[in-house]
Amino acid sequence: MAKDILILAEHLNGKLADITFEMVGKAKELAAGFGGKAVAVLLGNGVKSLAESIGADSVLYVDDAALAQFNPEAYGRLLAALIQERNPRVVMIGNTSIGMDLAAGLSVMTDLPLIAYVNGLAADGGTLAATSQIYGGKIQAEALPDGEACIVACLAGAFPADTGKGSAPVEQIASPAPLDDLKVNFVKLIEPEGGDVDITQQPILVSIGRGIGGQENIELAQELADALGCAVSSSRPITDAGWLPKTRQVGKSGLTVTPKVYLAFGISGAPEHLEGMRGAETIVAVNTDSKAPIFDVAHYGATCDMLDLLPALTEKIKG
Amino acid sequence: MNIVVSIKQIPNLTDELEINAEGTGLDHDALQYVLNEFDEHAIEEAVLAKEATGGTVTVIGVDTTGELDGALHTALAKGADSAVKITGDFPRGTDSHTQAKLIADAIRGMSPDIVLTGVQAADDRDGQIGPMIAAHLGVPYVGVVTGVQVKEGKAVVHKEYAGGVMAEFEVALPMVVGVQAAHQPPRYAPVSKIRQIAKTAKIDEVTGGAGPRAGSTVRRMFKPESAGHAEMWEGSPEEVADKIATLLAEKGLVKRG
Repeated sequence: MAKDILILAEHLNGKLADITFEMVGKAKELAAGFGGKAVAVLLGNGVKSLAESIGADSVLYVDDAALAQFNPEAYGRLLAALIQERNPRVVMIGNTSIGMDLAAGLSVMTDLPLIAYVNGLAADGGTLAATSQIYGGKIQAEALPDGEACIVACLAGAFPADTGKGSAPVEQIASPAPLDDLKVNFVKLIEPEGGDVDITQQPILVSIGRGIGGQENIELAQELADALGCAVSSSRPITDAGWLPKTRQVGKSGLTVTPKVYLAFGISGAPEHLEGMRGAETIVAVNTDSKAPIFDVAHYGATCDMLDLLPALTEKIKG
Repeated sequence: MNIVVSIKQIPNLTDELEINAEGTGLDHDALQYVLNEFDEHAIEEAVLAKEATGGTVTVIGVDTTGELDGALHTALAKGADSAVKITGDFPRGTDSHTQAKLIADAIRGMSPDIVLTGVQAADDRDGQIGPMIAAHLGVPYVGVVTGVQVKEGKAVVHKEYAGGVMAEFEVALPMVVGVQAAHQPPRYAPVSKIRQIAKTAKIDEVTGGAGPRAGSTVRRMFKPESAGHAEMWEGSPEEVADKIATLLAEKGLVKRG
């Protein structure tokens, strides 16, 4: 009998994440090539209704109080048991905050290869070909697992979500492993701090990256934003450095923004950043590296020195 | 408190990355290697934890470049107490599965209370090292963490989800943490201090055996073709500023001065 494809359904706060549908849609396509079924795995507490919107061939649902919130230890234990039990051909997990806690550990626990940062998957004859986006989005690597089975960690947004929506028969199963002795305990969710400007509501964003050079230069961006009547946002290194509050971060672990004009100054355009701003109406990028990936998504670009450009533009806007 | 930090070096991504003649990997010899930036944050978080609770920080890595000493000396200058390098036939670009196994084997005997490492690295094609170390050691892992507090056999960690939402977990030690960002920016170590340490510090050397390998084989490596490219504006900052101001005016977002 052909082996199935297992997909981990990802959900937070009672809502399925798009990555779930993206992976399920792709899994159905792969299952058509390999034989076997696309089987989604939903782990939760009182969320059976979520299972009913997943367009897989079937959904395995485990309900347990310990699964009321994502818990990496509980998820890892259950997935390892399910993989052992069901011997799937492919295990699909999001290369997301949740999935990144799981995939690599499962690879060691189950002795299955892991191919991570995947943004391309194809059934190449009888073989799975997985393409990873690595080195900050600068390189693609197409790889084949050494054996037949493997785990793939899929990047958010890599596959269309539509084909993974729908409904499927839901099979509620008993927890395949004990969950009463966990060392990881969920305490609480912490919502983002309010009080700061909401960068998702700005018509223009002056967004800065590493090219700003130092904290003392943030002022140059703020002066431009003041002149434009908008806010300063940034890529991750700037908030990690503490130069701007976390509420200003655009991208995967920050916020998704769609301003009319996104002015990217000194941002190279790592995939995690692009994920949060590629929906902007017009993107202008300024970066001294003419090969920076930001220019692949920007509408207009320039390679001049942003530290000269910022005050020049501020003067022009002030008139 | 026995704190261990696992680090690795990766190609400097600001350099032009060249693909080897076979088209299956990078031309590593042409590349400069630097410490994975998430590992810089792991080192900082470890030193902060030591300052808060006492204990020792040991930094460890697999020497895939022959240049790991520099990164270890820098970590010592920032407040780590001891440094270990794993040596053997581990070329540049050694996969995560191999590095994780070597590190797990080397630190098992150290009985760490907590192991910190960068949440990911740009070359983690076969996955991140942190969760693999945790699986080898049989201890829990939480990643994408932006703050660690350690007390009385437990760690309280904050894990980031998308959109600025965070989860707080309380974890019984020992554990492995994948650090996204330290709760304050990584400190700077003066070059003079690093040089001084390079003269006097002793780096423990462990010989590593064969690793498990990645479990997959790259058959084609290539640079992504971009769907489009920006229309480039040439000229001085003044001229570019003029073009941006015109664009904003055309969109009705500013008055043209």
